[in-house]
Amino acid sequence: MVYSFPEEVLEYVFAFLSSDKDRNAVSLVCKSWYEIERWCRRRVFIGNCYAVSPQIMIRRFPEVRAVKIKGKPHFADFNLVPERWGAYVYPWISAMARSYPWLEEIKLKRMVVTDESLELISKSFKNFKVLSLSSCEGFTTDGLSSIAANCRNLRELDLRESEVEDLSGHWLSHFPDNFTSLVSLNMSCLGSEVSFSALERLISRCPNLKTLWLNRAVPVEKLASLLRRAPQLVEFGTGACSTEIRTDIFSNLVEAFSGCKHLKSLSGFWDVVPAYLPAMYSVCSRITKLNLSYATVQSPDLVELISQCSNLKCLWVLDYIEDAGLKALSSYCKDLQELRVFPSDPYSAEPNVSLTEQGLVTVSAGCPKLQSVLYFCRQMSNAALIAIARNRPNLIRFRLCIIEPQAPDYLTLEPLDTGFGAIVEHCKELRRLSLSGLLTDRVFEYIGTHAKKLEMLSLAFAGDSDLGLHHVLSGCESLRKLEIRDCPFGDRALLANAAKLETMRSLWMSSCSVSYGACKLLGQKMPNLNVEVIDERGPPDSRPESISVEKLYVYRTVAGPRADKPDFVWTMDEDGALRFS
Amino acid sequence: MDMISKEHKKEKLGFEETELRLGLPGGGGIVNGDLVINGKRGYTETVDLKLNLALKETGKEENSQKEKNLISCSNDSIKSPYKAQVVGWPPVRSFRKSIMAVQKRNSEGGGAAASFVKVSMDGAPYLRKVDLNMYKSYQDLYGALGKMFSSFTMGKCDSRGMMDFMNERKLMDVLNGSDFVPTYEDKDGDWMLVGDVPWEIFVGSCKRLRIMKGTEAIGLAPRAMEKCKNRS
Repeated sequence: MVYSFPEEVLEYVFAFLSSDKDRNAVSLVCKSWYEIERWCRRRVFIGNCYAVSPQIMIRRFPEVRAVKIKGKPHFADFNLVPERWGAYVYPWISAMARSYPWLEEIKLKRMVVTDESLELISKSFKNFKVLSLSSCEGFTTDGLSSIAANCRNLRELDLRESEVEDLSGHWLSHFPDNFTSLVSLNMSCLGSEVSFSALERLISRCPNLKTLWLNRAVPVEKLASLLRRAPQLVEFGTGACSTEIRTDIFSNLVEAFSGCKHLKSLSGFWDVVPAYLPAMYSVCSRITKLNLSYATVQSPDLVELISQCSNLKCLWVLDYIEDAGLKALSSYCKDLQELRVFPSDPYSAEPNVSLTEQGLVTVSAGCPKLQSVLYFCRQMSNAALIAIARNRPNLIRFRLCIIEPQAPDYLTLEPLDTGFGAIVEHCKELRRLSLSGLLTDRVFEYIGTHAKKLEMLSLAFAGDSDLGLHHVLSGCESLRKLEIRDCPFGDRALLANAAKLETMRSLWMSSCSVSYGACKLLGQKMPNLNVEVIDERGPPDSRPESISVEKLYVYRTVAGPRADKPDFVWTMDEDGALRFS
Repeated sequence: MDMISKEHKKEKLGFEETELRLGLPGGGGIVNGDLVINGKRGYTETVDLKLNLALKETGKEENSQKEKNLISCSNDSIKSPYKAQVVGWPPVRSFRKSIMAVQKRNSEGGGAAASFVKVSMDGAPYLRKVDLNMYKSYQDLYGALGKMFSSFTMGKCDSRGMMDFMNERKLMDVLNGSDFVPTYEDKDGDWMLVGDVPWEIFVGSCKRLRIMKGTEAIGLAPRAMEKCKNRS
């Protein structure tokens, strides 16, 4: 008994489905639902730009308004992916310019974006509203000028953590005088100074501006003037706050901040002179997100500020906070959900601050809603990890970086297997995990057994043998991304679990023990995977097949081998023959 | 996604069997479904024996290129103040690294974001000042210094001259002529040859620069010449 609703009714119902997962499920029900759904899908997320081609996307979803595309593997953030590897956005922009004239949003992460791409964006989409370039590179401030000048309805321009060639600050002045639609501007990654008067005028004429993250070049004495023009701001990032403290600057700042009744998030604070921090006390009780990771302020001053932020949900801070500061955090900020502690001096052999595993244990005990942790420290123990696991079974993300590779439990000198084992055993909802310290294959057995919801795992200098990798690939049912460096994992685990790789987005292995022969074999057996060998020593054929490759990147794809490979990347083909780009 | 994982489970049984039968070309052979490589215990046996760690293979690889990526962690390694740096470790983004280098300088030397030091050159009538934060490397600095002082030396101390100096094989030629040697005074008050330590460390410890006449650098030269001999 099959009744069909008119298409319009189904389309109306589908419009309530915002998650990709739900829409994907709906499109699998039957052919007509597939058809209806694909015509009304407005947002597309592409987790790996090489998993699908622009043409395939456009063919299936003809009426898209927003795309989000990710490019390079995560380890590119740490310079493990060589220059010119790929992830060029231009082919996507050029295809969408032809087929999506009504495109409104482009969000990119770890992609190479040229000025040409930016200019094409600015001229092709009449209703363009949102441009977000996260950790991207390849463009200059000239590209930004095109965007500013041509995107009449722009709402968001977010350049977070991108590497921009900064030719001048003049780009900001390209926003026309009648441009008033700006809601969000993040220029924190830029170096050069923009015209301050142009910035002031821009802010004054955009009444909907909610997010403003300035760059370092805007000095603290100019902040008050900007804040007075935008008291409706919800997120604000200062520039450098290093000007010697003066009463007039300070009192102006106090007054300006007290006018900002909606401020929820603060960032910036480069080189901040601690005496400026009290200027913000009036907004602290409303603050839910605080990024102090550029502030070299010592623990007592940090505690002064944090103790006023009773509604704090997210804190990013340098390890200057020390164990004492984290103790204060755990007693004042009971709503804390996310904590990131970055190292102030990652390369010195000796600790420069009194931050240990104890700080994290204290926060895990005192903050019942803590679910996301990124923590750099110099010592760790199994006992501490077990305590954290027992305190916080609701952890979702746990990324621990013990700075010295292969550092053991500093109390017992044992591996940290049981500690991390406790984490995966107690934290049943864990989705992301990064390991460090001395680890044997045993920790991977725990992970394979318990970490059933784990989606992303990062490993470095860990494990003893293929058994470790086998445990992970065979046990972690939800695994999507696996990135490994400098681990003794090789051919056997990889080949035995080849089919698993098709269920994942990608696998990265660098400085491991995977032979060229095994890579070829994997490429032959798995036509739906691109098995890419990255090797800057020259063609892998010029060495014996048993020699390990430098780097391996394997990902599932429906687009076939990519055509834009540089000369140090080889795709292992079905034919077993080498293909050069 | 459910459909795919079901298929994966079905396929995996047959697949795994198939995979274990495949051997590496030229490497260990397959004998009756067991993987035998280099006489070590077969893979399937290792899997079955689970946690019996006495059976674990050490799996040492002879590839030296992997070794160059690892820090030696033995206790008897000499602790130097500057760690041998492993690429991409610790996993800190580059925009955070440079912030920290600047902040380290600031926390030691005061609140200013710039790092101006005096630069004197032997024979020049007046000194100059440079902000070391403006440069990313020794080459950058030499280029700037060369331009600054070129008028005083009639071209002898141009940026190429500085860069030649960095190539210490030419030190003998440099000292024989009237070329110049960049030196600096560090936090302890000692006069050091520019170029020995990593750039960030130099910026943090340099209090002033002096571009010495080659003939006056004889006192410094023996160290540099020794280094030169050791390197070539």
